[in-house]
Amino acid sequence: MSDRRRTLIDPILVSNPVTLQVLGICSALAVTTSLSTALVMSAALIFVLTLSNVTISLIRNHIPRSIRLIVQITIIASLVIVVDQVLQAYMFAMSKRLSVFVGLIVTNCIVLGRAEGFAMKNPPGASLLDGIGNGIGYALILVVIGIVRELFGAGTLMGFAILPTVADGGWFTPLGLMALPPSAFFLLGLLVWAVRTIRPEQAEPAPDEQSGEGRR
Amino acid sequence: MASGVNPLAWWRGFLALPNDTPAKTFGVALLVALVCSLVVSVTAVSLQPLQEANRLAERASQLSGMMEFLGGGVPEARLVDLTSGAYAERDPGTQTELPAERDRAGLGSREDVATVFELRDGGALKLVVLPVRGSGYQSTLKGYLALAADLNTIAALTFYEQDETPGLGARIEDAAWQALWAGKQVADAAGDIRIEAVKSLGGGAAANVHQVDGISGATRTSNGVTNLLRFWLGPDGYGPYLDRLRGETAP
Repeated sequence: MSDRRRTLIDPILVSNPVTLQVLGICSALAVTTSLSTALVMSAALIFVLTLSNVTISLIRNHIPRSIRLIVQITIIASLVIVVDQVLQAYMFAMSKRLSVFVGLIVTNCIVLGRAEGFAMKNPPGASLLDGIGNGIGYALILVVIGIVRELFGAGTLMGFAILPTVADGGWFTPLGLMALPPSAFFLLGLLVWAVRTIRPEQAEPAPDEQSGEGRR
Repeated sequence: MASGVNPLAWWRGFLALPNDTPAKTFGVALLVALVCSLVVSVTAVSLQPLQEANRLAERASQLSGMMEFLGGGVPEARLVDLTSGAYAERDPGTQTELPAERDRAGLGSREDVATVFELRDGGALKLVVLPVRGSGYQSTLKGYLALAADLNTIAALTFYEQDETPGLGARIEDAAWQALWAGKQVADAAGDIRIEAVKSLGGGAAANVHQVDGISGATRTSNGVTNLLRFWLGPDGYGPYLDRLRGETAP
């Protein structure tokens, strides 16, 4: 596989930012109650991640080391505000459902992680692919969890009834747990387990002194 | 920067500076800040009309949803002079400063003429909807308070705009919490305004007719709701207007 394709494809399955690096799970828990919120959140993150990667990569040779994190966060935060404003203007109801979580993309470790870990060292083209790849990797997990939670929590997908609920005269009793944040934890855990069973090399070494600090 | 007047050459000179010199550091910080603030401002300013329209639509739908919940009917909007309580012909758009000791809703100043909504059946008043607002924990809470015909029983309370902590103070938008207010009495027999959201009823004590269980973990938001209700129902709010209506409905 060529380098470029690897840059794009790897983060989607092989080195997925959520299941392998366990980054960005705060929003993965919060916005996956339904498929539609998961999709909008994913689109917002892909936009921010791709543009921040490209912008930072473009000026990477002129960012003084002493202020590099400030410069990165300034760029990321500006992009996030733009996304938030656009959502408030064109998707008002959706922006109310996502509430603070669009704004919290600023603190999403995936974005700063890719800026610092990839865009600062690579040219804009590769950074663009890396941004899209990681964004899709994040989106994939959100969408899978969103589908499971909405389907079993409300019997719907994108608001359309799939499993007729008892309340509507059908047979399906919605699982209340699926509407609550802990279910996203369980699903994410199962997903990580599944991925690491298929790819045993992703399993971390015995947890001697590992801590989860700094991971959101 | 030695290359003199040519801006392009000057720019190249700037880029060629070693990254860690103070001039370059300040220059890059300044440029990044400038470009970012430009992007953010342009977006915010150009999208503001759309966002404003969304907020107005939200507000209108909140009001019509509330009217539907209360049994339908299209209320009539009336302008009211808050100082005298009389109907006004037009809104001069003036504001009155509120001295700190009377400003319990944290507004700073309030308008002299406000819009209220009255629902009448024939001539008899059935419902009054009052727009209310006040400071919560970190934002201004804006909502509608509907009073039943006796002008003392709350028919409904709803908030259409707030920016409180999600999951805590933001729960004032929950229908379940707002439903707690319906049927509560604003004032006691002596006419003192007693309505409040209480922190804890404690030991299973039942709320009395003036009390609503506040939101756990959002004491300041709950207090904000108490304060804004007491302000708007009091002498500096709709008090004079409500007094006048009471005179009108009294036998």
